[in-house]
Amino acid sequence: MSVQAETILSVDRIAAHFGGLIALSDMSFDVRNGEIVGLIGPNGAGKTTAFNIITGFQRPSSGEVRYRSQALTGMKPHEIARLGLVRTFQRTSVFQERSVFQNVLTGLHCSGRSRLWDTILQSGREKASERELENAAHEILHFVGLEQRAGEQAGALSYGEQRLLGIALALAVKPTMLLLDEPVSGMNHSETARAIKLVEKISASGMTILLVEHDMQMVMQVCSRIVVLNYGRIIAEGTPLEIQNNPEVIRAYLGQGKKRA
Amino acid sequence: MSRYLAWLLVAVLASVPLWLTDFYLLHILITAGIFIVAAMSLNLLLGYTGQLSLGHVAFFGIGAYTSALVSLGFEVHVLPEVTVGMAPKPAWLGVLCAIATAAVTGYAIGKLSFRLRGAYFVIVSIGFAEVVRLIAVNWVELTQGPMALNNIPALTIGPAAFEISFLRKPAFYLLVLAVGVICYVVIARLVNSRAGRAMIALRENEVLARSLGIDVTRYLVLATMVSAAMAGMAGALYAHYIRIVDPDIFLFIYTVTMVIMVITGGKGTLAGPVVGGMVFGVVPEVLRAMEIRPETQWIIYGVLMVLVVYFLPRGIVPAVQSYFSGRKADTAVPDAPKVLQK
Repeated sequence: MSVQAETILSVDRIAAHFGGLIALSDMSFDVRNGEIVGLIGPNGAGKTTAFNIITGFQRPSSGEVRYRSQALTGMKPHEIARLGLVRTFQRTSVFQERSVFQNVLTGLHCSGRSRLWDTILQSGREKASERELENAAHEILHFVGLEQRAGEQAGALSYGEQRLLGIALALAVKPTMLLLDEPVSGMNHSETARAIKLVEKISASGMTILLVEHDMQMVMQVCSRIVVLNYGRIIAEGTPLEIQNNPEVIRAYLGQGKKRA
Repeated sequence: MSRYLAWLLVAVLASVPLWLTDFYLLHILITAGIFIVAAMSLNLLLGYTGQLSLGHVAFFGIGAYTSALVSLGFEVHVLPEVTVGMAPKPAWLGVLCAIATAAVTGYAIGKLSFRLRGAYFVIVSIGFAEVVRLIAVNWVELTQGPMALNNIPALTIGPAAFEISFLRKPAFYLLVLAVGVICYVVIARLVNSRAGRAMIALRENEVLARSLGIDVTRYLVLATMVSAAMAGMAGALYAHYIRIVDPDIFLFIYTVTMVIMVITGGKGTLAGPVVGGMVFGVVPEVLRAMEIRPETQWIIYGVLMVLVVYFLPRGIVPAVQSYFSGRKADTAVPDAPKVLQK
């Protein structure tokens, strides 16, 4: 693992307060280009809040997130997505009523350009642009292994496949960094294996990934570095091996008194 | 295949004035047609972006008043010494002005209410329609208020020597049909495009859409604008057909009629408003022709509507579609991707 890679995402002392409740306090960490960083912690530790703040769905009470040294403060989610910072969601998040293919075409929105008149008159420019998007959609479906399902309604897919489609949607935005929110939660064993393979394949293509996940086996397997949150603050940061042996992490997960995870 | 069928249907509809000699029936078809155009425009908002506008009649009425005023001419005292006026212009120019005015209003409303969704959007749209109605009632100098704008000229197109007049019903019927087909094609192309996918994404899952970099506000405003323009055009046609416009054009019942047409036909389907409009635009007239008491007519109308909504909750068109494709109603995809049918 090259330690020299440049930092592309830096979370700088962000905090999130809901009235008196502190969801996050003073959270800082960096993600370097090409890394897979795991963000873990018990339920309610603030992982999803951190995701929402990074991707602009929620305003931090204080602090700042920078992506490729650009401050994201005040930017709208779709603007952040266009910078290449794209997230998936914890619960299944696909366009249920549409076909798998239409889903990915929708995800490719930012790759297309279209004017109202071109669309209404079905100009050559419009047709060429649509054909390009369709080809790109097929490529993405092939990449995630859902090309056989292209014609099916997204809501009719199995749970695991819907999660894969969620990742395909995020990939369609052509991100430079992907934030995966519990990609394998609720999946069975073979589905998990398939999802892990996909994440490794995406990472191998040079993508930077920030991963929130409860499945420790997956986290330990794919992550190069792990950040542990508990009660809204970072309690540990390090390689999977360091984290596994960190007494504070063990205490956070298992409570005091236990010696081994 | 279905495309040829659609054009065949248009050809049949175009032949109606040749064999239908009863002008009363033609009149029913014309008014139903005008409302179908308005319902199609509402469907773009309600069916594709998922936003219910209960003030849609405002755009219809704005179109009607604009076209009427442009073709009648007007003079208004803005300040004690300043008057703004316009000499009467040709009716076709009035229709174009109506489309433009409605589109600009739609754009403004879209921009102003873009933060609102669901019930809040509904309330703003109702309020907007009411404000426009009050202006029509009270700005007597411009709109004649409850006295109504009378003697609106009939629509004519072309230079004096080759003028085509839409004064007679068969000609006007064909005009409404042509406008309907154009609006249908425009909506079909729009919803199957990149912009349409963005609108449907807003309907299906707004948070996901935003995470994919889609500026949902922009497409909501676009949909409102196109929808308003079409409703304005329908209103302009109405003004030049009925040839009198009064503030009653903004009655809530007209919006409800459009919503009924869209919902029963099948919102979010292209053919839905057409089918729903045919059924609920023509049924009241058929009942009236049966010479039963008005109360009974409305009871039958209401029962029919309840039955449709109860047994075909997704509307007539999706139900027929899923019946023919042998799929369960709850898994029917309104529009299958073109590419995959090859």
